Parts: sequence; structure tokens; C-alpha cells
Amino acid sequence: MNKINSVAELNEFKRNALAGDSKYVSGECEKTVIYVGMATCGIAAGAEAVFDALNDEISKQGNEDIVVVPTGCVGMCYAEPFVEIKKPGEPPVFVSGANAATAREIVNKSSGDLPKKDYGKQVRIALRNCGVIDPTKISDYIAVGGYEALVKTLTELGREGVIDEIKKSGLRGRGGAGFPTGLKWEFGYKTENAKQYIICNADEGDPGAFMDRSILEGDPHSVLEAMAIAGFAIGADEGIFYIRAEYPLAVKRLYTATAQAEELGLLGENIMGTGFNFNISISLGAGAFVCGEETALLNSLEGKRGEPRLRPPFPAQKGLWQQPTINNNVETYANIPAIITRGADWFKSVGTEKCPGTKVFALAGKINKVGLVEVPMGTSLREIIYEMGGGLPNDKAFKALQTGGPSGGCIPAQHIDMGVDYETLGSIGSMMGSGGMIVMDEDDCMVNIAKFYLDFTMEESCGKCTPCRIGNTRLYEILSRITTGKGSEADIDQLKELAQVIKNTSLCGLGNSAPNPVLATINFFPDEYKAHVNEKKCPSGVCKDLLRFFISEKCIGCGICAKTCPVNCISGDAKAQHVIDYEKCIKCGECFSKCPPKIKAINKE
Amino acid sequence: MENQFALLDEYIDDLPEKKGALIATLHKAQEIFGYLPVEVQDYVAEKLEIPASKVYGVVTFYSFFTMRKKGKFRINVCMGTACFVKGAQDIWDEFKTQLAIKPGGVTEDGLFSVDALRCIGACGLAPVATVNGKYYGRLVKGDVKKIIEEYKGGELV
Repeated sequence: MNKINSVAELNEFKRNALAGDSKYVSGECEKTVIYVGMATCGIAAGAEAVFDALNDEISKQGNEDIVVVPTGCVGMCYAEPFVEIKKPGEPPVFVSGANAATAREIVNKSSGDLPKKDYGKQVRIALRNCGVIDPTKISDYIAVGGYEALVKTLTELGREGVIDEIKKSGLRGRGGAGFPTGLKWEFGYKTENAKQYIICNADEGDPGAFMDRSILEGDPHSVLEAMAIAGFAIGADEGIFYIRAEYPLAVKRLYTATAQAEELGLLGENIMGTGFNFNISISLGAGAFVCGEETALLNSLEGKRGEPRLRPPFPAQKGLWQQPTINNNVETYANIPAIITRGADWFKSVGTEKCPGTKVFALAGKINKVGLVEVPMGTSLREIIYEMGGGLPNDKAFKALQTGGPSGGCIPAQHIDMGVDYETLGSIGSMMGSGGMIVMDEDDCMVNIAKFYLDFTMEESCGKCTPCRIGNTRLYEILSRITTGKGSEADIDQLKELAQVIKNTSLCGLGNSAPNPVLATINFFPDEYKAHVNEKKCPSGVCKDLLRFFISEKCIGCGICAKTCPVNCISGDAKAQHVIDYEKCIKCGECFSKCPPKIKAINKE
Repeated sequence: MENQFALLDEYIDDLPEKKGALIATLHKAQEIFGYLPVEVQDYVAEKLEIPASKVYGVVTFYSFFTMRKKGKFRINVCMGTACFVKGAQDIWDEFKTQLAIKPGGVTEDGLFSVDALRCIGACGLAPVATVNGKYYGRLVKGDVKKIIEEYKGGELV
């Protein structure tokens, strides 16, 4: 490929792409386009076999009126492998749970027989290209208007102009605390230093959050473009990606995208003849949650243990290798090209006054439609869970929602009509974090959930600050006592007191927020804690040590339970009520799950 | 082993800059050797001209690096929140029971090792486990035995 040496050449490249190989992105393709979601979720569910089968069938039929396009993730993880079919002049339809056999039928199916693809109330800004373009082709990205925001920045807006636009848009960091992005860039701009760095934080460590992975797998160029824009704004010529090693596909797509952009001269020296130089390199993390914290990330980039640094000096003054450094996360960057192209006023028309724009949430846990949704800030939890998420499986009752991962808190059912933004979540002891939403139902024990998160933070604490290193271990031990029936009422008070100390005296965000799940569950579910310590019972039937299985008089003596029991502790005559020997019972729950549902003779308490 | 050190040499000598390259080098070393025993750490330390204690500090800090040899088939059970609320604990326990090993350990025949992994971002398929990078989603306890059987012959599938 020839280098793009000017804005005119970029425009020409775009025209050629739209007329040629990337025509399908325009929506005006005269051929039938079949999109196959090929992000991690899709591939894990078998999308590669579907993709191959589709191509096979098409070449067997010699059909030249169909194009098959591998795309990123449309966010409907529950429907993977996901195939979308767009026939000329018809609305897009989709097939969920496709396999090689159904793929062959898809080729011949008429759209009328399939459900229409509909994003409902979602507004897709950060995810605008995911599922629309082939992420491995730079021509697709350019065909949908990619790198035009960089052109506008370099030729029209200038450094102050672009910072003003981002400030005006009110965009806030999507990685956690919600710091205004424009303000951050302005710090960088005002710092006079020969060497400055731009960093993209792609260390998406919150368990249950996968929007950054999805963006990088589905639309990597938008992030690269945004980093170049940020570099120009603050006066940096070097950008660094810090990405988790747990995301091999995202890493691969990033390498591909960077190489393509370099080949076309959209990264590198004298970009499009404007004299602006910007290079991007990729650095892999090595599995440490704390490296999502920006100063720990800087240490990790320098090849050290990922321990946070004291602030001040802030990274904007002294960051990587002691040079000024500006760091944003993936989703924040993904918003930038859209803001520059369509303007701050457009961006502000979405979302709330204090939090303009959208947020991508990763819905997971006890929810029917597991996946990614991008909604305007201020959308209520009820809409997200019941309308977009399709409610809870098996009609179970909604109990709580965890946002912000191990740093956040749970939100109980009484707050379900709350509109979501940084402030509202903070006001009830949770936080936005990266946007993971784990839905929990009546079968989840909140004490056990708090213990699960503490187990996580205890392991992931870097060990630098004593309150975090030792305090969280003590919190975990107290919670273990409570969940095994050895707790007392005093333990609950101790949890609260110790949690406060850890929050107040830890250096970084990990320690400051690690006790949040404990405090939130005590605050919203005090009765559950009390049942564990006073009655030694787990109301949700999760904590094994507090459980007891028993066989009621409904038992018809079929003997299934006795056969299933791994320790042979169930006995009884044929067609007579069976009994459990509690001396031997290991509370594995096998009998409970195997007792025929219409009889339901085995209960737990 | 000599061959492996030669590969590592090649990588280190090609580095444009030794400063800050420790983590990337350790990634490469683990890719080559499968794990990071003390000899490899010492070697890296010398080549990059940093104290061996620093290398050890970094290796033990990051969960991706391991000082113990892994099985031919590396089983990772995702223990992220989404998997946890969908029953990952049972899957994890079942792997340990079936293979009779402790977390991080290797079976006597050297075939299997089991580790818990933080979220791998495939929450739509929870609970998830991977074997040498191949995904197994929407697992139930009974699947564990089947997965192990798949690899028992010792052949890569």
C-alpha cells in the first residue's frame, strides 16, 4: 500500500474503499452482507466454524451476490455465535446460536423468517463501529470516516482548539473516577517539556467488565486515532498501550492495526504531510489488578513491580520515566473521534448535564441477555436490567447489582429506578468503575459475595501499604468466620471499623475502595449478616457450613439420591422415605440437584 | 536447554532498548522455557544488567509469571465475578478433585496443571475454563470429566 501523504489522498483512499472492498460499511451494498461476530466470546462459542461453513457454502453455490464479513462484537454475548444478515433494501436480521449446519441454511433463508436486529434504547458512540466493520481492515475504518477526526484536529482545530472541544463536550474518564478528560489534556498542554507520553490504559482488570476488550477487538483504529489526537493536543510524539496479557485476541488486533496505520503513514513521521510525528508501541501487562491504577501502571511500564507511587507529583507532571504523561482508558479514547467529528454540542445532547455522553455496561451474572449495552448516562437500572438485559433467568427475584467490580458496592432492589451516572452511584456507596454490572438474584448470599471480593483484593493488594495488605486479610478472615458459623455480632462492628481505617489510610484507589463491597452489603443487607451470626443460618442457602439438607415426607423412595450421593450417606427402603446420615454428609448438594423436580422431596435450610 | 537460552539471547540482543524491558523479556522467557526457574531469572538479570533480586521481585509480583513447571495441558478456570455467580467454584473444585492436585500443581504424569484465572472477559459463556487457550463455556460439573478425558491420551487436539 502507498503512504497517504495528504488530506486529499486520505479522501481518495476513502472513496476507493467505499467503491471497492469496503462497500458494505455504507449500508448501500447491492449484495447481501452476512456479518459474523468474531470477538473472543464469538470465537469461544464456535464462530470460526460458522464463518468457514458460510464461505464454503457460498463458494459451493458459486454465489457472488453474498459477502461474508468477520466483525467484532455486537454486544449480544448471549446469542453467540451471532450472525447478522443484511439484504439490500431490507432491515438487518440475525441468527443467534449459529453453528456450521445452520450456517449453510442461513445462506438461503429469506429475511422475513428471522428476528430483526434492534438495539432498542441503546445509543452507540464508543461501540459505533463494533459489529459494523471488519476490525482487521483499515480500509473499513477509513470508509466509515476513520482518521477524519485526526485530519480535523491537525488542519482545523489546532492544539488549543481540540482541547477546548473536548472540555466543552464534558467527556469524563470512563475508567473509574470520571475525571474530566479535557482538563487532563490541558494539564499536559500547559506542561512545557521536550518529552511527553500518551498512554492508553487497557488493563481492564475488573472481573466481569469486558467493554475495553470488545472495543479493541472490534474497532482498534478508533483508539489509535484518538491517541494520536491526544498526542497532538498535549505535544507528545509517543504513545504506549498497556494491555492485559489475558486478552490475546485484542493484542493481536492491536498489532495488526498499528502496523496498518504505520504502513499508510497515519502513524509515524510527518503524518499526512502535516509535520506531526506520532508513534505507538504496545506493552503487555502480566496479570496484576493494581496495574489498572495509573501510577502502578507507570511502574509496570518501566519494568518494575506494579506498586503505586505517591502523588504529587501527578503523572501529568512526572509520569513515565519522570516525564509528563497523560493516561486515558480505552473507552474514553473511543469517544474522542466521534466528538471531534460531530462536535461537542452533539455529544452534550446525549446523557445528563453533569455526565454527557454514554456509558458501556457489561451485563453479566444472573441475567438473560448477557452482553454489552451502551446507554445514555442517566438511564435507569430498571431499563438496563429488564429492557436491555431481558430480566433474570427462571423468573428469580432481583436482589442486587454490583457495579464497579471489587471497588464498588452492591445496589439493592430499592434503588433500581435510579438513573446511572458517576454521582448517583457514588452517593449510595458504589462507583462507576469501568462499567461491569453483575446481577444477583435471591440465590446469592451477600456475605459470601463480599467475601469473594475480599478474596480478590486480598490477593491483588500490592502489599505496599499495611492497612491494605493486612487490613483486607483481616476483613477476609472475619468474613470467613461469619460464613462458617463462627461469627458474632461484634464481628460486624469490627468489619465496619476496620473497613473505614483501610479506606482512609491506603495510598491508592485499590485500598481506598477495597472495603466498599463489605460496607455496602452490611449497609443494605444487615439482616443477612445477622442471620449468619445469630441464627447461624445462610438465608440464601449458599454457605455450606450453615446448610443442612433434609428429606421430607414427600419422598417416594425412588433411590436416585442414594445412588448419586458420593459418600453413601443416604439410606432407606425402596418406596419408603429416605434419610440422610448427617455424620457423613459433606453437603455437596448432589442429592438436592438430582431429586426429580416434580417430587422435590429434598430441601435445604 | 542450551537451545532455549540461545533463543532468549536472540530476543534480548534484538531489543532496541534494555531500559524497561524486563517484563517483556520475562514474557518471552516464559514462552520459551514454559516457566521461570531461578537459573533463567539469573540469566535475564545478567543480560539486562539488573540485580537478580529485582527480577525475582517482578516474577513473584505478577500472577502471569510462574516459577513452577506447568502441565502439558494447562487448565485455567475463570474465577471472575460473572463466572463465580454462575457456579465457577464448583467447576474449580471438580477439576481439583478429578485430577487430585492442588491449585498450581501438576499431575504426576505431567499432563495437567490447574490454575484459577481472573476474568478472561468471556462472561457471556460463564462459567468458563480454558485448556491451552481453547475455550470451554457454559460448563456444568459433569463437563469437567469429559474435558479431562479429551486430553488424557496426551495428544494435542
